[in-house]
Amino acid sequence: MTRTANLWSLLGLAGFFLLPWYMAAGGFWSFGWVADPGGNGASAFTNILQGRVWLLGAGLALAAALIVSLAPLSHLARARGWLIAGVAGLTLLAGQALMILRNGSRFDLFGDVSQAGMGAGACVVALALLFIATTGISALGRGRGDAFVTGLVGLIVALVAVFVFYPMAFVLVQAFSLRGGAGLGVSEFLPRLFASENWSLACFTGRGWCGPAVNSLVLAIMTGVGTTLLGLAFALIFTRTNFGAKKFLRVLTILPIITPPFVIGLALILLFGRTGTMTEFFADLFGWEKTRWLYSIWGVWLAQMLSFTPIAFLVLIGVVEGVSPSMEEASQTLDANRWQTFRYVSLPLMRPGLANAFLLGFIESLADFGNPLVLGGNFNVLSTEIYFAIVGTVADPAKAAILSMILLFMTLGAFMVQRKWLGNKNYATVTGKADNGQHASLNPGMKWLCYGLALPWAAFTLVVYSLIVFGSFVKLWGYDHSFTLDHYKRAFAIVFRNGVHFVGSAWDSYFSTLTIAAISAPLTAAVGLATAYLLVRQKFAGKGAFEFSTMLSFAIPGTVIGVAYVMAFNFPPIELTGTAIILILVFVFRNMPVGVRGGIAAMSQLDKSLDEASITLGANSFTTLRRVILPLMGPAILAALTYSFVRAITSVSAVIFLVSARHNMATSFIVGRVENNEYGIAIAYATVLIVTMLAAILLLQALIGRRRLRRVDRVAA
Amino acid sequence: MTKGSVRFENVTKAYGGVTALKPLTLEIEPGTLCTLLGPSGCGKTTTLRLIAGLESATEGKILIGGQDVTHLSATYRKVSMVFQSYALFPHMTVLENVAYGLTVKRVPKAEARSRAEAGLEMVGMKGFGARLPSELSGGQQQRVAVARAIVLEPEVLLLDEPLSNLDAKLRRHVREEIRQIQQRLGLTAVYVTHDQEEAMAVSDRIIVMKNAEIAQAGTPTDLYERPASAFIADFIGDANLLDAEVVASGTETRIRLLGEDTLLPLSSAQKGAVKMVLRPHQVQLQATQTPGTFPAEITYAAYLGNLIQYSLASEAGEIFAVAQPSAGAFKKGDNVFVGWKPEDIRLVTN
Repeated sequence: MTRTANLWSLLGLAGFFLLPWYMAAGGFWSFGWVADPGGNGASAFTNILQGRVWLLGAGLALAAALIVSLAPLSHLARARGWLIAGVAGLTLLAGQALMILRNGSRFDLFGDVSQAGMGAGACVVALALLFIATTGISALGRGRGDAFVTGLVGLIVALVAVFVFYPMAFVLVQAFSLRGGAGLGVSEFLPRLFASENWSLACFTGRGWCGPAVNSLVLAIMTGVGTTLLGLAFALIFTRTNFGAKKFLRVLTILPIITPPFVIGLALILLFGRTGTMTEFFADLFGWEKTRWLYSIWGVWLAQMLSFTPIAFLVLIGVVEGVSPSMEEASQTLDANRWQTFRYVSLPLMRPGLANAFLLGFIESLADFGNPLVLGGNFNVLSTEIYFAIVGTVADPAKAAILSMILLFMTLGAFMVQRKWLGNKNYATVTGKADNGQHASLNPGMKWLCYGLALPWAAFTLVVYSLIVFGSFVKLWGYDHSFTLDHYKRAFAIVFRNGVHFVGSAWDSYFSTLTIAAISAPLTAAVGLATAYLLVRQKFAGKGAFEFSTMLSFAIPGTVIGVAYVMAFNFPPIELTGTAIILILVFVFRNMPVGVRGGIAAMSQLDKSLDEASITLGANSFTTLRRVILPLMGPAILAALTYSFVRAITSVSAVIFLVSARHNMATSFIVGRVENNEYGIAIAYATVLIVTMLAAILLLQALIGRRRLRRVDRVAA
Repeated sequence: MTKGSVRFENVTKAYGGVTALKPLTLEIEPGTLCTLLGPSGCGKTTTLRLIAGLESATEGKILIGGQDVTHLSATYRKVSMVFQSYALFPHMTVLENVAYGLTVKRVPKAEARSRAEAGLEMVGMKGFGARLPSELSGGQQQRVAVARAIVLEPEVLLLDEPLSNLDAKLRRHVREEIRQIQQRLGLTAVYVTHDQEEAMAVSDRIIVMKNAEIAQAGTPTDLYERPASAFIADFIGDANLLDAEVVASGTETRIRLLGEDTLLPLSSAQKGAVKMVLRPHQVQLQATQTPGTFPAEITYAAYLGNLIQYSLASEAGEIFAVAQPSAGAFKKGDNVFVGWKPEDIRLVTN
């Protein structure tokens, strides 16, 4: 343990004396700072000599930790020493960073001082102090005296604090700020929160438009109910009927997950817009008037149903399969018929699944940005209003903050209601005992109802997707359907002249999207699974709060996170806007909860005695994680990697605030094309992205593969 | 204190507000096999996990081999454990499993391999090294788990209900093997079980636990012959517990059962209400009344081949008896008379 503390003290001191304390111009990896040790590459030590004495605290704390390790102290005194040194150093470090800004200090406390955003040196020193503190905590006997566990807890808490809570605090502060920069106060907060422009119900009385909060809520409930019902129909067809083309349905349900946003909206416009194919068709056939009905709540709802039904399906199929067949068999032997069995046994057991599916549909709908942007028309929802409050002609960050708060209240409220409704009832039907029964098949009425709901929907999805591909190969959809490769050429042209030149307009954003997705996916999986490991396998004080805070970022809609990041990371101490790092961070902390959930599910299936066996055999927790748990978690790792990779490519709501000229992302490139009415390129690009993601998923699957637990995997009957 | 001893000094364990272990003091001699026996929830597994370091004590001191390990994590304690579920790593071969503890301690590969093979040979699993755990039967997995634990040459070997997943016949066989290995290597072993017969068969010493504390500790003979309480009498071997009263005590004890006095060759029990312990095989059934017997009716008779089990209803309460079939069988509804030998009787307080 002393070795660990010493290692971190020395690393921290190295960071303090050698690495550039502030963000180096041109980036750390350019190493331009090496040649400029007095200016650009100035370490904390050099900076202190240049007059920035407030950096001394962190260095002294590191030195103190080293002295504590070397001094002849008792075990307990040493542990306390480390903890105090670490915490004091972190406090001083954070204090000076928050108080002294680029131009002067807060509240003019220190007169004429200035500093830039923290860089590599500050980062290393902060980490070193953190781990010295956690080593101290473990030496005090917490976390079963395991420095790895306390270090991991400390690291994740620190990361969530800095990259979730810290930016969200800015939104909160902004929401409480008074007009005209008159400081903070609650006097304007409540009136603005409940302003009638947000909550107007005028559309129900037919005298105008509803407020965005009402619109969002109504839409979210409609989408939640709709996707849950459709998802259930699909799940029942899968598990309770002998429908022939299940594999085909499965593919259809995966497609929307790897579809970039806007694409479905675009396809709907091309089908049902005023000059859309179907609109024209029905106008010719029945003489129906060509209307703009699509640009309303109905259009957005349709697009969201197409986008989010698969999510509901994926949640529900697990639950529907999980209902123990022996319970259904028991019901049938008690002379219940198939309808009664379904109504009184199977359906109630699916309750948590239905609640989960609804919750996901509800939250996804609230957070959805692409579809309302393309199809909303005069139907304003919160996520788009937030966007326009930030980037619109009159930037109004306070309004954005207020709207973000409303959105956050809605998603958090939904979480609370769900928890309360499910309560402490135990719905576990999968037990350790072998269960070899057969699922009851649906009664004919239910079966045809499911078919009637799901199959036309599947056909519709198929049509939409075929048209997307079709649309990328025609000159101008609706007017000129002659075959062309123009869209692909403009986006993805390559010229071979004195080497390879990627001259297509999309290449830049394509490469940076892939790079950023490839970097953030393993990080997301690592953070998510590490959190899951702590939650499932370790006991420590404050675990409940820890779990809640790691899941919080899931309830925060992307638009809100995007706004928060812009507000928080645009200036020192953490100045990240315009870099690729901020994009990676936003993906890691947006997508981490899914990694956590997946990890928890997978780890709960691993018998805890496996870890305990490893530990009693003399392995430490890190070795146990590496040699026992991770090898058995293949599928969960694969799922986390795939999901975060795909989300990094398809997400738009948070990203749209954070992209820069140097680091443009595919989705924001597509937004630009849509705004210019260049639908062809947008669709062609989307098609390329879909193919890319499919290839990546297959590649990951081949690389990580399956667990080798049995020589032959038993084929499920 | 010598290598391999285990000592608890007023150790307690609480989960939140729930007491899992009341102040516990115990001592396990080196080289012996000590069993923690008791009904589920009595704290025996908690005690075992405290020795392993998988739980940390709320209060008190734990010493292994004379060294204070109270705050030492499981990784660094010289104990190894055989789990109820075996906990073999499913992604490693049998040999990799057995060598795991050696490889994480950075024992050279060749040595780890040869020691693991020796361990497998000791449990009679030579030649199975290349298989995966899923390709072994329950009994074979059990042996691999034992081999994995003993190749580390632990000071203390812990076994957590190691036989509960085996079928009855195999159980007897494996427990004999475990006992033989323990004696051959001179290991200190702590064995948790809820099966009193298993405990009697393998142990040098048994610690019976109830409600998070020790109910009685002693050799198997002690516990059976001299139960300290009605609970022990009933738990270690079956017993009929009949309400009686001590009317006179001294070098012999006079008790009154159902209004009749009997003299027992027992010295001094306190006067007052007691329970009379009558083991099922000590119950003597006869068709005619003789002095010192009382009437009962057979309510159930089960023929098990080598013996017959009877349930009887009497004024003294329900009585369970076993008899040899050769002694002549009674059948349900028969009125019989229950007798016993005074020298078989033990008295316990309530």
